[in-house]
This record gives sequence, structure tokens and C-alpha cells, in this order.
Amino acid sequence: MSGDQERHELEPDVLAERAELVDAEHDLGEQELSVGARRAAEALTGVAPEPGVAKPDAILVADGVVRQFGGLTAVDVEHLEVQRGTITALIGPNGAGKSTFFNLVSGFDSPTRGKWSFNGTDITQLAAHKIARRGMVRTFQLTKALMRLTTLENVMLGATGQGGESLWRAPLRFLWRAQERDNVTRAEELLERFNLTHMRDEFAGTMSGGQRKLLEMARALMVQPDLVMLDEPMAGVNPALTQSLLGHIQALRDEGVTIVLVEHDMDVIMSISDWVICFAEGRVIAEGRPDDIRRDRAVIDAYLGARRSLKEDPQ
Amino acid sequence: MDLLSILSNSFRGALGPEAAIYALAAVGLNMHFGYTGLLNFGQVGFMLVGAYGTAVPVVAWGLPLWVGILIGIACAIVLALLLGVPTLRLRGDYLAIATIAAAEVLRYIYRSEWAEPLTGGVFGITQFANDFYDLNPYSSRLDLGWLSFSPTALWVMTVGWGATFLACGLVALLIHSPWGRVLRSVREDEQAARSLGKNIFSYKMQSLIIGGVLGALAGSLMAINTQALTPDVFMPILTFYLWTIMILGGASRIMGPVVGAIVFWFLLTFLDSFLRQIIGDGLIGLESSDVGAIRFAAVGLGLMLLMMFRPAGLLGNQKELRLDVR
Repeated sequence: MSGDQERHELEPDVLAERAELVDAEHDLGEQELSVGARRAAEALTGVAPEPGVAKPDAILVADGVVRQFGGLTAVDVEHLEVQRGTITALIGPNGAGKSTFFNLVSGFDSPTRGKWSFNGTDITQLAAHKIARRGMVRTFQLTKALMRLTTLENVMLGATGQGGESLWRAPLRFLWRAQERDNVTRAEELLERFNLTHMRDEFAGTMSGGQRKLLEMARALMVQPDLVMLDEPMAGVNPALTQSLLGHIQALRDEGVTIVLVEHDMDVIMSISDWVICFAEGRVIAEGRPDDIRRDRAVIDAYLGARRSLKEDPQ
Repeated sequence: MDLLSILSNSFRGALGPEAAIYALAAVGLNMHFGYTGLLNFGQVGFMLVGAYGTAVPVVAWGLPLWVGILIGIACAIVLALLLGVPTLRLRGDYLAIATIAAAEVLRYIYRSEWAEPLTGGVFGITQFANDFYDLNPYSSRLDLGWLSFSPTALWVMTVGWGATFLACGLVALLIHSPWGRVLRSVREDEQAARSLGKNIFSYKMQSLIIGGVLGALAGSLMAINTQALTPDVFMPILTFYLWTIMILGGASRIMGPVVGAIVFWFLLTFLDSFLRQIIGDGLIGLESSDVGAIRFAAVGLGLMLLMMFRPAGLLGNQKELRLDVR
């Protein structure tokens, strides 16, 4: 009985993934730059590929951000700018400080010193939830699906400015019913977009790892962010789903959302990023377009791999 | 052996004032643990401040009882703030340690010689709830033949179960709102909730206060029910009865604590009566002074069996429990 059910649930899933794979291969064949990619490339023309370079329209600017754990300096970023409307990738060896930098700017950790601004306003030391409300949303390296909430509830949680989230209004349903209905509509659109409609009323805990990645992205989008920070979105995801995730990320950029992602898969980085920033030992050692980075001496030494790199990497 | 009198006692236990009081306190605990994931091991502390907050103003300052109940609620809010402000930003286990310690510290303070002018110390205080009994609308016993309740018990039961069901209704309204959604997301993963713009500290604080106030109301009723209040009623074990009740009924189920309290008290009084009768008949070689210990051992055994065969409790969603949380 239950076996039958599972098989029925699986089928549309498999078919959807298959269709996406075909689409993705189709897209690759075309080699045509998307609207967003062209826009990003235009905006970044003339920006020199050197660490700390200024961008024409920076959405996120970090200045002198330092984070020390005891004697260890995990992050020491002199100056860093992220161009609006681009996919910016952070790369670097394990322990280079990428995730720590993520945690700092998203308010999940506090720096030893330094400041940073988002959309032109200083958000240093602002609480994480306030940063998220301003339109900078992050995901986590280990996906955090809210297991015992349904998929729809997971996504609904992302909506900002919900009247019914205040204790006094919560028992008075008529005060927030209309808003809730709008949010359900929007959440259902997102589920549709990420092929999760069939999971709508299932507990998120029953999802596969890949579905959880999609769910996390849908949830982040429910916040209607200007900037999405993705911490290793492709980790532990099968190739077909990687293609689908890439498609979603590019589509977001084409809609004008800025994406910052940490990723280790170099094929992924080189195929979708408009700009790449390389970290090593807490510092930004190189910046540039994917083609610049591929040829950068420092990056090859620290990350991509010259012969010595394995020995020097403490991991 | 008189089976009818055993059953009669058991039902009196299951529906009586104590069951209602425990259910109300467990509804508060369910708010903490079942919906927010807060490990409160000191619910009895909230009951204590509620009980003394109710009784002391009446006896010491001659205030009316309803003012006392409000003071009891205020005390619970203060206690929740004192416990929550330093610990709710930390990991969950810190709250657990703080609550269990605070409840014991409070008991010692209330029974100390220093507090005796107000609390009566170890001797406690009595006769403060006459206002409550003056309002009693029942004038005769409820007699169903095999089961009967005195007018005073009926009055406490009416108020106790009434308050419990009102509390359940309020919790249901809250939990099925966007507010409740945030609360449950905090239970599942605080960091995820933060990353989506939710002020998790504020939600945990609100939950701690609401559950604490429900505990204080249960404490008030407990004091009113006996009209005699001593600090040693509020031993740590009481908190663990509440946990048993909540888990028995099913945590994070609206009616879980109610079902749990009824079943808990039914079993407790059933075993009590049953053991006393067979000891009285000379069927087993035990002293009647052993009964108290044996019945709790039996409740423990029952709880173990429940965890093995129905781990989500009587009302719990077994499918939900099987999800690999974290």
C-alpha cells in the first residue's frame, strides 16, 4: 500500500528532473548570454581585475572587516564590493574565511572590527533578522529545512511584514486573513517555480536532500530580497538537480536579484558567475571575471592547484 | 475487593480539581516545549510564584482575592523575564539549568525564616480564598450514584476545567496563526528563522511568558483548592509530573495536556485505591505506607511502555515523530 503511494509520488518528480536536464542541455548548446548576464557584463566592463576594486553600482560594501578567533585571524578583508545584479562567487580553500565572511555580513557573527553597508546604509552590528528584513537573505551550507512544518508553511514563513506574526493580532484571524491569502498565493507560485507543488502539504522532513535545497531557495525568495547569499548551494546535489539549481540562480539574476555564492565546484563557478572573488587565509587575494581568475597566478597557487598547494593547505 | 469504589475513586481523581490544575500547568509547559522547544524544567517555580502571589496579598495586606491572582500573574511575568533575558540568547540547555535551579531557589526563599512574615515560612498560610468560595453557585452535591462531588470540589472543577479549556482555545488560536508558525519554526531551527527575518529572542520570550502565566494560574488554583499553602508542595518532582502528563497526552497537540492529565490522574488514583484494597484484604504482603512509592513506580513503568509503543503520546502524530529532526 505505502509502496504504491511512494511510487506515485516519485514519478512526476523524476519526469520533472528529466525535463529540466533536457532544457539545461538545450540551453548549454545555445551558448547565448542571458539578459542578466549581458547586463552584468556591461556593468562590469572596465572594472580592473584586482583585489578590493571599486564597482560602478555596489550593493554590498565591506571595509576593514576583521574577525579573530583568539590568535587566529579568520577574516581580514580590507575592502570588498559586490556589484548589483550580478552573480558573484566566493571561492577559496577550506578555512579561507568565506563562510565566516558570510556569517559576518549577514549578522550571524560579530566582527572584531570593521564595517559594511548594504544598499547604501550601514548595517554593521545590526541583528541578523533585521538584516534579512532589509533584503539580504542567506542560506546555509547544511540545509535547514523546518522538518515538522509543511512545505507550504516553510515558504510562508519567509513573508515579511506579516500582521499575524504579532501576538496581539494573532488570535484575531480577521485582521490578517486577507494578507495570509495573498501570501499563500505567492508561496504557491514559488513552489510551482521550484517544482515542489506536489510536496505542498507534506512535512519538510520527508523531503530529499535536493528538494530541501530547492525549498531553502524558495523560502529565501519569499522574503523578496535584493541580495541572496547562497552557502554551497550545490553541495551534495545530483548533476541533474545541479543544472536545475543553476537555472534558478541565473533566472534570479536575470530578474535583477544579486546573488553571492560560496561554491567549490569550479565548473559551476566558471559557467554562471559574472564576477569571482578568491579568498585565502582570510584575505581577498584576487578578483575578476571567470577568465581572469582562471589565469591568475595567486589563485592557481592558493586554490586551483599548483603542485605545492596540497602540502601547504593545512586541511 | 470493591471494584465500584475503586472506579469511583479513579474517576474522581481523573476529573477532580487536581487533574484540572495539572492540565492547566501542562498546557503552559506544552507552549514552552511542545511549540517553542524551550526546555523548561522549572514549571513548578511559575506555579509557586502564582500561588504565593495570590495568597500573600490577601493575608498580609487584606487585598481582595482577584487582585492577588493578578499579582500572581505579574510575578510569573517577572520570573519569565528574569529567566529569559540572560538565557534565551544562549543554547537551549542553559534555560533548562536556569529553570530547574530557579524553582528550587524560589522554594527555599519562600520557606526561609526571612520570608516568614509574608509567606508563613514552612508553616505556610491558610484561609485566604474565602472570596472564591463565596461565589460558589453550587449548593448541593453532584450525585451520580457511584460518583459524587462536593459543592466546593464542583466549583473548583468548574473554574479549573473552564480555565484549562479557555487556555487550550487560546493556544489553538495562537498556534494556527502566523505567530504560531514562527514559534514552531523556532522549535525546528532557530538559525533558519533568524535568516528569514524573525526576531527569535522575542518569540521565545513571549512563549516563556505565556506558558509561565498559565503555570501561575494553575498555582493560584492549587492554592485556592486547598486553602492551605506551604512551599514544600512545590517540589521539583511536580515539574516532572507535568512533563509526564504532556508527553503522555502528546506534546505539541492542543488537547495533549488535557488527555494526559486525565489519564495520569486516573491511573494514579486507580492504582492507589486498588493497592490499598488488596492490602486491606490481605492479598499481598505490603504495608499501606508503600502504596505511594509503588504507584509512582507503576506510572514510571507505564510511561516506559508508552515510549516504546506509542512514543508520540496518546494524541501525538506518530508520523511526525518519525521525522529525523536535525
